[in-house]
Amino acid sequence: MGVALTRSAQWTAAGYGTRTLEITPLNEVILKEIVMFVESFIYKHPQEAKYVFVEPLEWKTNLDPSAFESGYIVSETTVKSEEVDKDGQPLLFLSVPHIKIRSLGQLSRLLLIAKDRKLKEAQACIEANRDPVTKILGLDYNTVKEDTSTVNILDKITKDEDPESEIKMKVGMLLKQLDLHLLNHSLKHISLQICLNPTTVKNDIELLKHFSGKGEQTVLESIDYTSDYEFSNGCRAPPWRQIHGEICYVLVKPHDVETLCVTCSTEGVFLNGGKTEDEGEINYERKSEIYKDLVTFLKEKSAKFSENMSKQVSLQNLEISYAEWPKASCIGNKRKREERKKERKEKEKKKREKKKNEKKKREKKKRKKKKGEKKKGVGEGNKSKSKTKQNKTKQKRTTGEYLLILKSAEKIEEILSDSSSENEEDEEPPDRRQEANADLPSEYWQIQKLVKYLKGGNQTATVIALRSMKDFNLAQETCQLAIRDVGGLEVLINLLDTDEVKCKIGSLKILKEISHNPQIRRNIVDLGGLPVMVNILDSPHKSLKCLAAETIANVAKFRRARRAVRHHGGITKLVALLDCAQSSAKPAQSSLYDARDVEVARCGALALWSCSKSNANKEAIRQAGGIPLLAHLLKTSHENMLIPVVGTLQECASEENYRAAIKAERIIENLVKNLNSENEQLQEQCAMAIYQCAEDKETRDLVRLHGGLKPLASLLNNTDNKERLAAVTGAIWKCSISKENATKFREYEAIETLVGLLTDQPEEVLVNVVGALGECCQEYENRVLVRKCGGLQPLVNLLVGINQTLLVNVTKAVGACAVEPESMMIIDRLDGVRLLWSLLKNPHPDVKASAAWALCPCIQNAKDAGEMVRCLVGGLELIVNLLKSDNKEVLASVSNTVSNNILLYSMRHLAEAISRCCMWGRNRVAFGEYKAVAPLVRYLKSNDLSEDVDNCITIHENGNGAVKLLLGMIGSSDHDLQEAAAGCISNIRRLALAIDKARYT
Amino acid sequence: MSKPNPFLSLEFSILLPPTHFFLDPTPLSHTDFSFFTFKKSEVECLIRLFHSLVERANVRLNNFGLDRNAFRAILHSVFGMTDDMLMNRVFFAFDKDNDNCINAKEWVKGLSVFLRGTFEEKLKFCFEVYYLNGDGYISQEEIFDMLKNSLHQQSSEEETDEGIRELVDITLKKMDYDNDGKISFADFEKAVKEDKLLLEVFGPCLPEAKVECQQLKLVKGTF
Repeated sequence: MGVALTRSAQWTAAGYGTRTLEITPLNEVILKEIVMFVESFIYKHPQEAKYVFVEPLEWKTNLDPSAFESGYIVSETTVKSEEVDKDGQPLLFLSVPHIKIRSLGQLSRLLLIAKDRKLKEAQACIEANRDPVTKILGLDYNTVKEDTSTVNILDKITKDEDPESEIKMKVGMLLKQLDLHLLNHSLKHISLQICLNPTTVKNDIELLKHFSGKGEQTVLESIDYTSDYEFSNGCRAPPWRQIHGEICYVLVKPHDVETLCVTCSTEGVFLNGGKTEDEGEINYERKSEIYKDLVTFLKEKSAKFSENMSKQVSLQNLEISYAEWPKASCIGNKRKREERKKERKEKEKKKREKKKNEKKKREKKKRKKKKGEKKKGVGEGNKSKSKTKQNKTKQKRTTGEYLLILKSAEKIEEILSDSSSENEEDEEPPDRRQEANADLPSEYWQIQKLVKYLKGGNQTATVIALRSMKDFNLAQETCQLAIRDVGGLEVLINLLDTDEVKCKIGSLKILKEISHNPQIRRNIVDLGGLPVMVNILDSPHKSLKCLAAETIANVAKFRRARRAVRHHGGITKLVALLDCAQSSAKPAQSSLYDARDVEVARCGALALWSCSKSNANKEAIRQAGGIPLLAHLLKTSHENMLIPVVGTLQECASEENYRAAIKAERIIENLVKNLNSENEQLQEQCAMAIYQCAEDKETRDLVRLHGGLKPLASLLNNTDNKERLAAVTGAIWKCSISKENATKFREYEAIETLVGLLTDQPEEVLVNVVGALGECCQEYENRVLVRKCGGLQPLVNLLVGINQTLLVNVTKAVGACAVEPESMMIIDRLDGVRLLWSLLKNPHPDVKASAAWALCPCIQNAKDAGEMVRCLVGGLELIVNLLKSDNKEVLASVSNTVSNNILLYSMRHLAEAISRCCMWGRNRVAFGEYKAVAPLVRYLKSNDLSEDVDNCITIHENGNGAVKLLLGMIGSSDHDLQEAAAGCISNIRRLALAIDKARYT
Repeated sequence: MSKPNPFLSLEFSILLPPTHFFLDPTPLSHTDFSFFTFKKSEVECLIRLFHSLVERANVRLNNFGLDRNAFRAILHSVFGMTDDMLMNRVFFAFDKDNDNCINAKEWVKGLSVFLRGTFEEKLKFCFEVYYLNGDGYISQEEIFDMLKNSLHQQSSEEETDEGIRELVDITLKKMDYDNDGKISFADFEKAVKEDKLLLEVFGPCLPEAKVECQQLKLVKGTF
């Protein structure tokens, strides 16, 4: 008891003289335990109860003498116990208001007498006797406070050979037990208390800041830390205060109270002495009770805060990261919803009452009919009777069930809305629920009713309800969301698991429509709809298969869904659907079956098209043997079939495996054939497929051989459908990489059309158009053509864009054109060269490289190239600096630029360029060193530049690499180069010798 | 009600058309008609079957046909029907001469619709099952009667009635094209042709598709 009281009990911090116990839950628990112990003491240990304390326990009591009854000698102001000690002194003596007690037995009795005031008495007793154990057992017993074991006590007691000592020992041990018990208890209690930590405090404050500001609606006017500095442990309090568990200090200005200076500590939140105005120091002393957190504290301090808090909570659209608030808002919504329901119910009740009379009449009629029927069927009567009974009992039971279902549906909804906020995938749109306080359309209630029939009806009712649901405008979002929000999705998906074919068909017909909505798709996946639908793909019913596949095609528009389809074996089954058409494409006995099989295959292809957007699915389709089947389906003439088939192939053709297979399966031929179709979507998909496949020369040749270039060229003339235009121009781009194709395109007058497409087109189209022109312009005739058609101006204009892919293509095209001196003049006039130079500064390495390549012909063909380049401030330095780049492509292109344009370089730059190139050669980048450096060296020699001292020094300074390279060049088979290199070296050496000479003389 | 008789099912399954037929939305043209009627041997088989059934059912009465109970037993065990009222109605639809007994002719005729009927025939058959009082229309009350057991989960009888009323309204709204409060054959035909799911809108009265599948498998397994 002693340890417990001194350690665990929470005494008021301040104060001199008698300290009081704080009213805290912990203290209350300790007091109760003590009271229980003392109360039962007299019964449990009658012997020990008689033990007389060394010193009496004294305190001021509130008990009236009149409360004492038998066993006490009561006078007006005093009470004496009849029980006395050896000396005849009473063990209890009360002289109002002081009371002295000297045995546990008397303490027990007192507590019994005190009845409901016993807690107060116990508290007063303990407050007055801070060390009760000492008083009871004597000082020597309490010296063993902490390290005591029972052994110690035993020692002491056995030493005294007092007859009383045995009892004393027992009392001591009992008290010890109590102490231990109390400590345990308080430990449990403490562990239950939530300790504040810097993060929770920070979150709270951030949150409150969010809702602070001017105006009536906010919860606070302002809330701020006193210190901007945050220690690494998340605290803002100075270290010497952190020792006391304080985390930070906050200045809070509520609407209705003065600014509060608040301490947030691990124990809780309390008001401190405030900030002194002149020094900005905080008076750390506690001035209020401790509250468990900031919100509770503020609720207590500011009425306005708690009022506005509850308002905020009931607002619907709060999107807060804080865990507790959204829950609260949910509750608010639900309440509103419920109110609405009530209103509706009342209205319905009125209606019902009106109808009642009618109904009674009807019922009478019904009964009559029933009777008639009974007469007809003899053995049937009993049965139907018992059935109606069953129904009745069932109905009673099912009310509860129905409620349960409703509840669980609500729960699911909650879980759903919870999980949706996580938003695990970027591509998935945020979940939007229909707001409860928005006016719900009438469809909502009608759909809700239908879902009720779906839940509670037999097959017939279900089919009727499904059929009726289908009549709603399911393309409309309100209806789609209404079905979900009333729990219809769960039912629809559950129906797919039943044996009822008609219900499955009806359900899938609805799911197919509403799965156009991205949110519904997600919900279907969340509810486990995909595995069920994948299973249906095995069904012998073709219409079921079709519907399931079509729905999967709609649902599998996002990654998670596609993965789910694959994981449940959907890809294999979908590929198997493609097979239907093949088996019956053999001379079929009836065209009727054929058409239905084709439909199944079409739906399968549709689903595969959606699924093929995931790479893993592409592989799965291939492994399931999908490619030959798709190739086979390509031979059909149904447009509806061809679009998804080509679409799938087009998606998959991004994989090398597929491109090889497509070549092997002679798919190109059919793709080309279908380019001639009338259907725009089919044309688009075919063009996309060609675009994807034409990466290798063989395929490009195939496209030409099958006559695919002409339809591509002619499709260019229709520019309204931008998607198709992008696909077609893409196909042209890739095809024109082969020279033969580029020539063909000229024949088909595609170049002129392409030039025409350089303006007013979306970027996707522009990239492809420019790419195609870049490839075509590798040919002389085409270059001339582009110039004549006025293509240079728009091309140069595109040099100022920001799209990297476009820039790469544009620079390439401009570079290709610049090979023609005449074109070059135009480009120069249009300021194209300067734009190219500036692109060398583009952060993207591909753009840099491409721009550098483009500069080569520009500079070569410029008349006054030297002048032009020199005019560009820092141009030379820039290009030399580019030689430091790590990017191979950039290096190769730049060094090529350098070597092709030696004329332009001033001496110093040239030497630097050589040495850079040498260093780069030393770095073993796989680019023929000679190609870049040799021309430089040659030039160096031819102009006898190496005789210039400065140059030699530069080369020499750059280390042995240069010399080594030059040495290597001496071994070259090119005589001129040999000579040049040797000359260079001799110049360098001569210089070195001269320097040495100078040094020694 | 007797338990489903596997032998009986087998005997029937020989006569069953391929599965896809039942869910085929395209109405068959008349040229295909011959394909779906019974062959002579099949008719003979059916008649033999009929006589054995009659023997089995009416040992005592020595009747010339199947009475309602015997017929319902067959509907239940072979065709998987469960709804008492609808089975009665199917019986009446089979029983053309209204003598409360199905004779051999009615048996073969009825089964030809049941098993090999064209879409039109089935349409007609279903309509006959659904209208009872002979006026050629399915009235609101009749619909109510047929649907009255279709909802289980309402709290009170009153609410269940309310729900069924609603269902009746829904079907009428859907199918009663001429808005006369009852469904004529023309209405029925139009609605069903628009959506095949409505063929058995007021309760199952044709062999269950599921049963067909099982029997088709059985046939494939045995032959």
